[in-house]
Amino acid sequence: MLDFEVFGVFAVRFLEMIGERSMIRIGCGQGFWGDLLRAPIDLVRKGPLDYLVMDFLAELTMSIMHKQRLRDPMLGYAKDLVPLLDTILPDIVSRNIKVITNGGGANPAACRDAVRSLAGKAGVRGLRIAVVLGDDVLPRVDELLAHGVALDNMETGESIAGIRERLTSANAYLGAGPIVEALRQGAQIVLTGRTADASLALAPMIAEFGWSPDDWDRLAAGIVAGHILECGAQSTGGNFTGDWKAVPDLARIGFPIAEVHPDGTSVITKHPGTGGLVSCATVKEQLVYEIGDPAGYTTPDCVADFTTVRLREIGPDRVEVSGVRGKPATAFLKVSMSYHDGYSAVGTLTYSWPEALAKARKADEILRARLEDLGLRFQEIRTEYLGYDSCFGPLARETCDLNEVVLRVGVRGRERRDVDRFCREIAPLVLTGPPSVTGYAGTRPKPEDVIAFWPALIPRIAVAPEVSVEET
Amino acid sequence: MRFTAGANMKIRLLDIAHGRSGDKGNTANIGIIAREEKHYRLLVKYLTAERVQAYFEGICFGGVERFELPNIGALNFVLHDALGGGGTRSLRNDSQGKTLASVLLRMELDVPDF
Repeated sequence: MLDFEVFGVFAVRFLEMIGERSMIRIGCGQGFWGDLLRAPIDLVRKGPLDYLVMDFLAELTMSIMHKQRLRDPMLGYAKDLVPLLDTILPDIVSRNIKVITNGGGANPAACRDAVRSLAGKAGVRGLRIAVVLGDDVLPRVDELLAHGVALDNMETGESIAGIRERLTSANAYLGAGPIVEALRQGAQIVLTGRTADASLALAPMIAEFGWSPDDWDRLAAGIVAGHILECGAQSTGGNFTGDWKAVPDLARIGFPIAEVHPDGTSVITKHPGTGGLVSCATVKEQLVYEIGDPAGYTTPDCVADFTTVRLREIGPDRVEVSGVRGKPATAFLKVSMSYHDGYSAVGTLTYSWPEALAKARKADEILRARLEDLGLRFQEIRTEYLGYDSCFGPLARETCDLNEVVLRVGVRGRERRDVDRFCREIAPLVLTGPPSVTGYAGTRPKPEDVIAFWPALIPRIAVAPEVSVEET
Repeated sequence: MRFTAGANMKIRLLDIAHGRSGDKGNTANIGIIAREEKHYRLLVKYLTAERVQAYFEGICFGGVERFELPNIGALNFVLHDALGGGGTRSLRNDSQGKTLASVLLRMELDVPDF
């Protein structure tokens, strides 16, 4: 027995000597742009960590960033990233923690310049910052169409012809490859645009453990760990329907960490002393989050089979993930495109007991009659009663005597002036409709641009990612 | 859980399962996870795609697909055309279908042999 232990210690030392670690810790500090600001700071300060990954890009985030970049060529990335890196720079430098994030958004180069400038101000020398480019295919759409890449909507099958002129962004989901290249060139901070969320976490595993590009089972294991990490605290007890009241200290919730081993097995955990909960149940809820066919979870790096995942609680706040099988990556990458699709606005008013719901319904009827009389044209008018049916829709049960209810009316139309006029029809209901109404104070709703989503496929070989590493 | 007349039993899904829902464009998915292993068999048998599609009438306008994850005792439902257009096009307060799991968990299953 002793011999085995001695051997084990030597084996670990040997692997470390030749530069291969027997385990790496990857923490996820942001599940979306706007997530808890202190989470990444806690991850680097409250316990051991090798890699900090942060996902800033929801489906439509890129089009918002693209718009910001059009207004100002120095913008178009997750601006919060810069003050955050400023805060944690001394920690990541002194402890050699590497940061990987898609917060470069629609302008990774501008993001890099901002980070380089803050490192300069902080007097940090020799810091390598990488950017991954090549995901933005908007300038190449015509060329792709000319070469027979249809870019049809992969959800609906519709042809792109009807929206081609209104495209506002088009970004291919890149995989782990370019990030691995950046890490191998010694980058400590890797800033990407659109990269598949789970691939951000897979990259350091490939770089550290030397997994081969066709080792589908290990790549899939890394993707599963990345998927469990990618929404931040959703795997550590946040937004947990299992037994939410039993999750301790949500105020100080710890964000997830995967301790990944060279064979692809990982342990999902969080720093000691933080709040939240890691259990099979919390991990399962994240596993099923935003998936389609679980046997074919398709990423740029491989196709992971979620029906092979084995979970085991091996200690408090420790869940082992093993057994993952994978299949070869497909010949295509997903392209996330967005296009301008008119304008929308939402107005709300609050009605009080007695007969709160009846009053709100009457107000909706009056409002619709006025919109009709004005001859305004909308593609959709939607009414919900918050506190009654906004989650349940037609499944809402008639309830007795609500204390209060919020009337929420939304419209969507092609003409801005029609939507703008709708915005002016909400407040008058206060003095010209049913009584005991409030909640209109201060602001009139404003027409917003509608950015619609257009997912498509593009041949992998049509996308050429680029990596550029600079040193401060 | 409560007994009704005869041997049938009504089981509220929330009492035997938990879950999470989210979006991909205009498509929602709902993962439903059995609280105990024996409950998974009930889910497989009674919580069919047809049953879920009928339940979401007026919310889901496309088809419903069901996938099984026996390894974690879970079912995944994919609801097409269920988010009023998805993204910023959707006028729904819950434009990303975040609450649809809870809506489904209120369903009652008629279970004759439990």
